[in-house]
Amino acid sequence: MEASTTTLRKTPLHAVHREMGAKIVPFGGWEMPVEYAGLINEHIAVRKAAGLFDVSHMGELEVTGPGALAFLQRVTSNDVSRLADGQAQYSALPNAAGAPLDDVILYRRGPERFMLVVNAGNVEKDFRWLRAQNPEACEVLDKSEAYALLALQGPRAQEILQALTPVDLSSIAYYHCVEGEVDGHPATIARTGYTGEDGFEIFVPPAHAEPLWRRLIESGREKGIQPAGLGARDTLRLEAKMCLYGNDMDETTSLVEAGLGWIVSLDEAKGDFPGRGVLAAQKKDGAPRKLVGFEVTGRGIARHGYPVFLDGKPVGPVTSGSYAPYLQKNIGLAYVPSARAAAGTVLEIDVRGRNVPARVVPTPFYKRTKQ
Amino acid sequence: MYPADRRYTKQHEWVRVEGDRATIGITDYAQKQLGDIVYLELPEAGRKLEAHGSFGTVESVKAVSELFSPVAGEVVAVNSALVATPETINADPHGQAWMIAVRVSDPKDIEELMDAAAYQAYVGSEAK
Repeated sequence: MEASTTTLRKTPLHAVHREMGAKIVPFGGWEMPVEYAGLINEHIAVRKAAGLFDVSHMGELEVTGPGALAFLQRVTSNDVSRLADGQAQYSALPNAAGAPLDDVILYRRGPERFMLVVNAGNVEKDFRWLRAQNPEACEVLDKSEAYALLALQGPRAQEILQALTPVDLSSIAYYHCVEGEVDGHPATIARTGYTGEDGFEIFVPPAHAEPLWRRLIESGREKGIQPAGLGARDTLRLEAKMCLYGNDMDETTSLVEAGLGWIVSLDEAKGDFPGRGVLAAQKKDGAPRKLVGFEVTGRGIARHGYPVFLDGKPVGPVTSGSYAPYLQKNIGLAYVPSARAAAGTVLEIDVRGRNVPARVVPTPFYKRTKQ
Repeated sequence: MYPADRRYTKQHEWVRVEGDRATIGITDYAQKQLGDIVYLELPEAGRKLEAHGSFGTVESVKAVSELFSPVAGEVVAVNSALVATPETINADPHGQAWMIAVRVSDPKDIEELMDAAAYQAYVGSEAK
């Protein structure tokens, strides 16, 4: 979380969060709800029933025009030609070193119309970067003001949302989206998320966010829905070992090191993009270090920034670390030399001056059982 | 809200004094600020504490907070059951969630602390 002295922005749901008793914190330039009734309750609700998140702080950049696909192939890491209309892919904007300027979800909304959903703190940086890459026969537009974004996540998300929409949700596959209506509000419904559960992200015009939020909470109440804040979002994504930009990866960590080699396409159809050479070599020969998951075996919570030691030598900081509410363990992520990345490797974490043992474990820490 | 039988610190600890024995915990305001508490570290019995010195750590999912002893003295009892169930601090901060008891070495330490009404006013102003 970052503090800022500049004016923080508020999402269209700000007043509702206040009304629901949310604790508000600065995040990525926005005032965001970190928790409502309690982080652990919210986390468990998402694992067992459903949680509703306001993620309107996320940015939306549109790339449109006949040259859009070719341009996106040049600036992203994944193969955009694999996308059909209404399909999405996890991708990144790599720099020349193969490290991400940002991680993104790229939607193909039409043959010449794409949308990148980007991290709140990176909207302007991404926008400037994309414009500087000479988009040809296409236009890059920042449409972040045009969308509010609600994430409905959890095993009962489909049931709750289906009651409010004529769209057949069972026909939307993972990482696909459909244009439709929810409770009469125009919406793009995507089967995506950042929690490790099934669920949807619903893009609506800002003026529709508040009535839709209220309706979802009211209509989902019997099914156990809870408003959930950024606190639970962070612990949920960590259990599922989804990387957080700025913590687990940034412009100094290559995509392969971060464990994101699977969103790096070296296919012929893809062609060249920044950092391709570095990433190709690392995919073939391995990167010098690797992001691993660890479980604290001693007493203590390893938190972001705490120093990590291997054989008594510092290897870098904990990139993310927390108590994991569903697993009821203390877990975290850190970069270690690739040769020592195997499960079982013993680490030590400096928890405010005390050395606490931890060991590398297989990830994700949590994986849902598919129904 | 805040029991009248004890004194309070600006760091949101409470202390209840019976004779030369002071029982210490954190206030309802403190637990609300922290959120869901998941970890607690307390000293061993026999440890000598200074007034305003650290005696342990309490952590919620999102935050770490040091615990400060309002009084100087020797730790004579530790609520070790609480270490295993730190969520009790959220549920009953002024009751079951007492943390340590200290044999007070200087009763003057206590006179400097806020009474319930003063503490109530203090957290009221801090909340704004």
